[in-house]
Amino acid sequence: MSDTTSDILLLSLGVITLLVALTLFGEVMRGRLPVGQTNPVVETFMQRVHSWWAIVVLLTLATLAGEIGLLFLFGFVSFAALREFLTFAYKRKADHLSLALAFFVILPLQYLFVGMGWTGLFAVFIPVYAFLLLPIVSALRGDANRFLIRVAETQWGLMISVFCISHVPALLSFAPAGDRSILLILFLVMVVQIGDLAEYYCGRRFGRTRVAPGLSPKTVQGMVCGVLAAAATGALLHWTTPFGPGWAAVLAAVASVTGMFGSLVFAAIKRDKGVKDWSHLIPGQGGFLDQMDSVIFAAPVFYHLTHLIWT
Amino acid sequence: MVRVAALPRLLAARIVGHALTFVARFVIAVRADWRGIEPVPRQRVYFANHVSNADMPILWSVLPSALRRRTRPVAAADYWLKTPLRTFAGRDVFRAVLIDRRPEARTEDPMARILETLDEGSSLIIFPDGKRNMTEDPLLPFRAGLYNMGRARPEVDLVPAWIANLNEVMPKGEVIPLPLICTVTFGAPLHVGPDEGKDAFLTRASAALAALAPPRPDDIR
Repeated sequence: MSDTTSDILLLSLGVITLLVALTLFGEVMRGRLPVGQTNPVVETFMQRVHSWWAIVVLLTLATLAGEIGLLFLFGFVSFAALREFLTFAYKRKADHLSLALAFFVILPLQYLFVGMGWTGLFAVFIPVYAFLLLPIVSALRGDANRFLIRVAETQWGLMISVFCISHVPALLSFAPAGDRSILLILFLVMVVQIGDLAEYYCGRRFGRTRVAPGLSPKTVQGMVCGVLAAAATGALLHWTTPFGPGWAAVLAAVASVTGMFGSLVFAAIKRDKGVKDWSHLIPGQGGFLDQMDSVIFAAPVFYHLTHLIWT
Repeated sequence: MVRVAALPRLLAARIVGHALTFVARFVIAVRADWRGIEPVPRQRVYFANHVSNADMPILWSVLPSALRRRTRPVAAADYWLKTPLRTFAGRDVFRAVLIDRRPEARTEDPMARILETLDEGSSLIIFPDGKRNMTEDPLLPFRAGLYNMGRARPEVDLVPAWIANLNEVMPKGEVIPLPLICTVTFGAPLHVGPDEGKDAFLTRASAALAALAPPRPDDIR
């Protein structure tokens, strides 16, 4: 077994131990209730833990399968996220072809460029070429009704669901890490999610000052806790990266804080669209976009910082 | 009693049915919102809005499998018997109650077929609009069939089911379907009142169905 594989398994074992502890905790809480009764808070908690199990198992399997596994996993996540975003986007019949292109041409091409390691093309394909092409396709149908809103929402969906998410598997081409670059993906996902969990928990315990009153229950105190937790996790996991504990902590903190503000942006979009969750595909969590919102914002920043720090 | 010779066809129909359900859930992510009723095995007539040829398969595949096995769509014979493939889909996969829309070609009374199917204990899926709605209005005027069923079999629940987003998945004239999320919202069951007239009931049923529609995206400030 190579070093990388054993490190992946070690990380998964750590996470699985954590999940076993959380599952046992939930079952004990269930067992304490009188027979025949259920507590909605405990049930939601257990639903989330079960979804976490599925995510961890899928991510571990994809990672062990290597580059192809991760490309397909995140490609599917992009597809599911784009589906959720465009379901609520403003569109007319004239946009049908450009939306079909977004799903069936632009998304696969973006992942092809990531897979081939064509970093130059992958970085400009959606922000430049899709940005120019799709409005042309829509305009050719001759329907000017709310044109700017339509093309802007489609482009936003592509940027968020495809461009940003594809930066996660793009970490694979981070040359200085060699075949250990796969571990960078696990590092990013773990520090962001642990930061979110700590932010949620601390915010509930002793959060006071709202960051964006009327939009989200996020508090300054909760966010500080979350970022600290992410930095600590980053320092602990520095052996998975080519960086020392200091830089690992800084990277984790920046990724985590970007992610938290990202989920604030998503709260604003959902409020604007009048939806609570993007979909109901992940039990207890909502949709793929609800689950991924912080990773989406953190991924490009993390991607560019890793390259910046190294050179 | 199933004849042995029919078994391969039956098996193929089952497999195709499961495959369709899988695609509907995985690609279009169809979701049921049981707002007015629970998904329990009661005898029901689900009546839905009709904008696309995919309506019936979508509503059919969103039902839990125990209910789906006892639910038969009422569909147009002239459409579903046109080619061998459609015949297989309509007759074997969906087990549709096929009704001829052309009165001159009919050999039996469609309402008698429908009531017979209800008496077997099956639930039904019907589209009271009669034909696909190509207008900007949410619903076309309802045909009388729904009223006649409710009058003849008053114990059966008439359940409105709104299929949202499907006209965006595949607008008329487009070839490529978009994988957008479709939701089917089931409302509270209706029954024909003791001395309720046909028009009054159909207006009430139409309003109950239209009330399940999500707000239109045109309402941008």
